[in-house]
Amino acid sequence: MFEYAPAPESRSVVDIAPSYGLFIDGEFVPPASSGGAFKTVNPATEEVLAEVSTAGPEDIDRAVAAARRASGPWSALPGAERAKYLFRIARIIQERSRELAVLESLDNGKPIRESRDVDLPLVAAHFFYYAGWADKLRYAGFGDNPRPLGVAAQVIPWNFPLLMLAWKIAPALATGNTVVLKPAETTPLSALFFADVCRQADLPPGVVNIVTGAGDAGRTLVEHPGVDKVAFTGSTEVGRQIARSVAGTRKRLTLELGGKAANIVFDDAPIDQAVEGIVNGIFFNQGHVCCAGSRLLVQESIAEELLESLKRRMATLRVGDPLDKNTDVGAINSAEQLERIRTLSDIGAEEGAERWSPPCTLPSQGFWFAPTIFTGVTQAHRIAREEIFGPVLSVLTFRTPDEAIEKANNTPYGLSAGIWSDKGSQILAVADKLRAGVVWANTFNKFDPTSPFGGYKESGYGREGGRHGLEAYLA
Amino acid sequence: MPESSSDRPRKGGSDKSAGKAVAVRKAALAKTVTATPVPAAAVATRATSGRLTVRKTYKLYIGGAFPRSESGRTYLVDGDNVALASRKDARDAVIAARKAQPKWAGATAYNRGQVLYRVAEMLEARRAEFVALGVPAAEVDAAVDRWVWYAGWSDKIAQVHGGANPVAGPFFNISAPEPTGVVGVVAPASFLGLVSVIAPAIVTGNTVVVLTATPQAAVTLAEVLATSDVPGGVVNILTGNAAETAPWLASHDDVNALDLTGVTDPALAADLERSAAGSLKRVVRPPADGTDFTADPGLGPMTALLEIKTVWHPKGF
Repeated sequence: MFEYAPAPESRSVVDIAPSYGLFIDGEFVPPASSGGAFKTVNPATEEVLAEVSTAGPEDIDRAVAAARRASGPWSALPGAERAKYLFRIARIIQERSRELAVLESLDNGKPIRESRDVDLPLVAAHFFYYAGWADKLRYAGFGDNPRPLGVAAQVIPWNFPLLMLAWKIAPALATGNTVVLKPAETTPLSALFFADVCRQADLPPGVVNIVTGAGDAGRTLVEHPGVDKVAFTGSTEVGRQIARSVAGTRKRLTLELGGKAANIVFDDAPIDQAVEGIVNGIFFNQGHVCCAGSRLLVQESIAEELLESLKRRMATLRVGDPLDKNTDVGAINSAEQLERIRTLSDIGAEEGAERWSPPCTLPSQGFWFAPTIFTGVTQAHRIAREEIFGPVLSVLTFRTPDEAIEKANNTPYGLSAGIWSDKGSQILAVADKLRAGVVWANTFNKFDPTSPFGGYKESGYGREGGRHGLEAYLA
Repeated sequence: MPESSSDRPRKGGSDKSAGKAVAVRKAALAKTVTATPVPAAAVATRATSGRLTVRKTYKLYIGGAFPRSESGRTYLVDGDNVALASRKDARDAVIAARKAQPKWAGATAYNRGQVLYRVAEMLEARRAEFVALGVPAAEVDAAVDRWVWYAGWSDKIAQVHGGANPVAGPFFNISAPEPTGVVGVVAPASFLGLVSVIAPAIVTGNTVVVLTATPQAAVTLAEVLATSDVPGGVVNILTGNAAETAPWLASHDDVNALDLTGVTDPALAADLERSAAGSLKRVVRPPADGTDFTADPGLGPMTALLEIKTVWHPKGF
């Protein structure tokens, strides 16, 4: 085994202000009297990074009003002009991607290798992709004269803060909508940085408004009578509440919710590639991924060999400082999430599954959880049914393709799935039968702005990305 | 009890028969066909033939069969005792729809297109029967044409609504629409409306449980479907009071989507949508200002009940 010297990225490349206001109508403003403030911390060290404003109802009112005022002129701009603003934003993100990558890793805890090589390139690509749609909407297949909906209320999670912002804002703006976006409570900084990107791009005031806060602020925003469209990415439970809250209104809704993806490995799969795919499927981004391959379904005849190989590979994962360029697994995003992962893992052990983690030393400060697998898991176990949203893999076995399909679909979720096999016809037949919005065959956790993403069943509805992603923002 | 039983007076048997006979005769004249009686001619009256007519019993349509309501309830619509569907009927219909769904979705698109075209053929053949029930002839014609229109979509929607995605990497990546599953439908009152909610749902491989407030035309459509190679359970039709049965579909965990096009009471629509959130059903809201079913429906009625599945595979040697 190689020893690695520390290879830290410099945190001084990005400036973090001691405190942030709300970004409304093109300006950072302090919250009104109904608002307040909270602190955002670096989950790897528990160090406070900045104080951030809590938007109260008056602030949400102001933000929605600003978006409404901006809506008319923005939607009236020729698509080619809207496109150029989005191209500008894409370019500024590319130019400032080092700052943003460091900021994202500081606030979220994800390894710099991932924020630098995955999140930021995808963010820029997403704006670039939708920029090009802005003046081509009548070719998108949604009628001759597709119209924007108006003001979009967008609430995003903490696992890919800036990427989720891009997934929400890029298609909304390209189609002529204006937005009020609320980033997650624990990861507001990259969205506030993005506000500055908008100013640098001379985006007209009010087209993008960023309000920070916790669940209350999000609820106030999505329930605001002045919004025409709600887009939410987050937990299935909150998604249900939102779906109830928009009932009886004319608000359009798209939801990207939880998952419990099956990653199915057939006996003819190349084992080493499959092991890499399993590791990427569940340990990428600390398993804080709604489409994570959190249920490994392995064909019984190769289970022993595969698990041995998987454990050997897991022992080489480097858990630690997110800013170290050699780090594979960073910090758990919050104390609250760590508690949830611990609780469900303990339940897994109590229910009789066998728990294993490689030997690894975790930092004494911050929120950490070692990569973990459970073997001997049955479909009745809670760790096979509930989304853990952490680096915890449940391993089940199967004998026949039909059994694999049945087990894979035996979940209320339907966001993603994986198939590992060398037999093309088997891959296509299984892919047909999986009730999931994204199926990765002999790969996993791949994303692209041109590729629609979204779930079946209780993983939500609507698609983000690609031509399909425009539909959610067009009348 | 539904409105139709309370605000419409019960007609005497002979009056009703006479009314239908008139309609049938008009239809026959219009087509200048007199020698070959269409099935609706069975309602010919005592006055013209001297024999007692055999009336039709209007029952439910579940799993390809025509059962009475398990509740034993009926209600009166234009002189007919029509089955009044219950919660249990709704649940039975969902079971039938779920059972039929994988095979229907697994049929080739070409095959589903053929079946829908066969529906158009059977409907055309029974045209006079619908006219006799009071459906305007032009509306029956439009309904036949709508089946033909949707029949043609079966093997085209995947190309129009899916396709290859040019991802930035060495991957094969393709998105294709798939049916969402079992769809609960509250049908609009018009016959063309009824066809316009069923056809787009099933052409892509969904199966439906339809609640209707126009029972005679709907059950007669069920007879068309039952003789059109539509597999049992693909379309299930429940007559009665949607306000009573729809909540059971909205809260049913094995229903994937809810089409509320026919709900006219905004409070009921909101309740159903709230209830549907429990299992995150896809919901088609009632149109804000009514729907002109004679207009080109566009892709919306189909795409609202479709999922998009995107499959990735690496390219390499």
